[in-house]
Amino acid sequence: MSGPILSVQHLSASVAGQQVVEDVSFTVPATGITAVLGRNGVGKTSTLKAVMGLYQRRGEITLAGERIDGLPTHRVVQRGVGYVPEDREVFSRLTVAENLRLAERQPEPRRELVERLFPDLVARRDQMAGTLSGGQQQMVALARALLNDNRLLLVDEPTKGLAPLIVDQVADALEAASETVPILLVEQNLDVVRRLAGDAVVIAGGRVVHAAPAAALLADEALTQRLLGVHAETHDDKGAAR
Amino acid sequence: MSTFVLLLATGLGLGALYFLVASGLSLIYGLMHVLNFAHGSFLTLGAFLGWAVAQRMDPSSWTGFVASVLVGALVGALVATLTELLLIRPLYDRHIEQVLVTVGLSLATVALFEGIWGTDADFIRGPAWLDETTGVLGARIPNDRFLIIAVAVLVLVAIVVFLRRTRYGMIIRAGVENRAMVTALGIDVRRAFTLVFAIGGAAAGLGGVLASHYFGYVSPTLGGSLLIFAFIVTVIGGLGSLTGAAVASVLVALLQQFANYYAGGTGDFVIVLALAVVLLVRPAGILGKVAA
Repeated sequence: MSGPILSVQHLSASVAGQQVVEDVSFTVPATGITAVLGRNGVGKTSTLKAVMGLYQRRGEITLAGERIDGLPTHRVVQRGVGYVPEDREVFSRLTVAENLRLAERQPEPRRELVERLFPDLVARRDQMAGTLSGGQQQMVALARALLNDNRLLLVDEPTKGLAPLIVDQVADALEAASETVPILLVEQNLDVVRRLAGDAVVIAGGRVVHAAPAAALLADEALTQRLLGVHAETHDDKGAAR
Repeated sequence: MSTFVLLLATGLGLGALYFLVASGLSLIYGLMHVLNFAHGSFLTLGAFLGWAVAQRMDPSSWTGFVASVLVGALVGALVATLTELLLIRPLYDRHIEQVLVTVGLSLATVALFEGIWGTDADFIRGPAWLDETTGVLGARIPNDRFLIIAVAVLVLVAIVVFLRRTRYGMIIRAGVENRAMVTALGIDVRRAFTLVFAIGGAAAGLGGVLASHYFGYVSPTLGGSLLIFAFIVTVIGGLGSLTGAAVASVLVALLQQFANYYAGGTGDFVIVLALAVVLLVRPAGILGKVAA
């Protein structure tokens, strides 16, 4: 059995002098999807940004055994970490095609995969990304990460604010992607977590307070209620941890 | 009518000079959030060295003029590149320190230029055609205005084509919108910083040579005096907007020329007034991005 693809040890991060992540440690297995869970504002997004080098960080981060905590963001990405940010962050004044071209890092990007997963983007390739719907922008954000042969994807709340039908499409795309690349997924929608995630890491107050198989966590209603502040039953379309 | 046409042509010529300075300022601020107070020094140095080259060749020949223009642009690009690499890059993300270092560089270079070339203006000359005039609707328009306007339009078109058609142009456009996300795609945005400085420096150096022909002299304070208006243009046009800089350059220069003639030499005052109005009514500028 291979070791973890990502190991985060004693990670702390700050923004403008304010501590947003404090002594976080966890590992991400080399296959499947690992969910990062927690109530709003506990530091899930900040943890991902710290791993990416978008926030000032301390601690030890290794990708497949190699230290990456001293690298600037673009070098972390070049080592094979794809990033899908919260709120998509597409370049609104660039076309869909330009958004995707900008993300291509390898000589033969996986355009066929992206076109298969998101056929809508092919038809809208000349449209300004800022005029797309939230769901379409999310597809652009995911497509940018999937164009390259990454060793790990960090995906931050990909279903946030999306209609249930689009949530399913995004979950399908993540499921398909996870067959070839491990994913660290911040997600509030517990139905999506239940469907996709093998493992779960729960953050509270900037620290990891629980790490276990996702199914085991979500099966324990009392624990889920205590850690996430929600009931863990399956909902048709809104099992979110709000 | 002829006065109106003359003011229009002169205003457009001045606007072209403003644009050559403001385009670089705007691109640099848009991508890097650096207000580059040393930009005028790129212009002045381009003008001085361009003139030095023309003198060594033949200032009244087109060959000498073209060489001076090329040298001005090259020197501007080179000095701007060195400024970015040596002074701005080590202060990455420390915007106040970056501004201070450009202010310091601006003051130091003016003193340096005065030490080398003296404090007095050095009057220059160029090909005879530039000093001649052409009749347009009854007005005699100095030919150098046509040349300056044509060069500024070419620079605008070249920058637009570069931004629209090249990968680095795409990176710069994306970086103006969201620099952090560009790095999160694995792109070393610092190369784009250097490139933007080089492009801005080249436009300023080119503008320096043309400004020296427009005003008829080159002096250590040439860049500084144009820089003030270029900053006003950049703010009115919208920080980071190239199109805004182009539109505002023309508006500011025309307003200045017409106010100077028809309102008793109040051109500079009217421009500052216009800046205040824009800041009050539309703080992001004519085509600037409104902060979320």
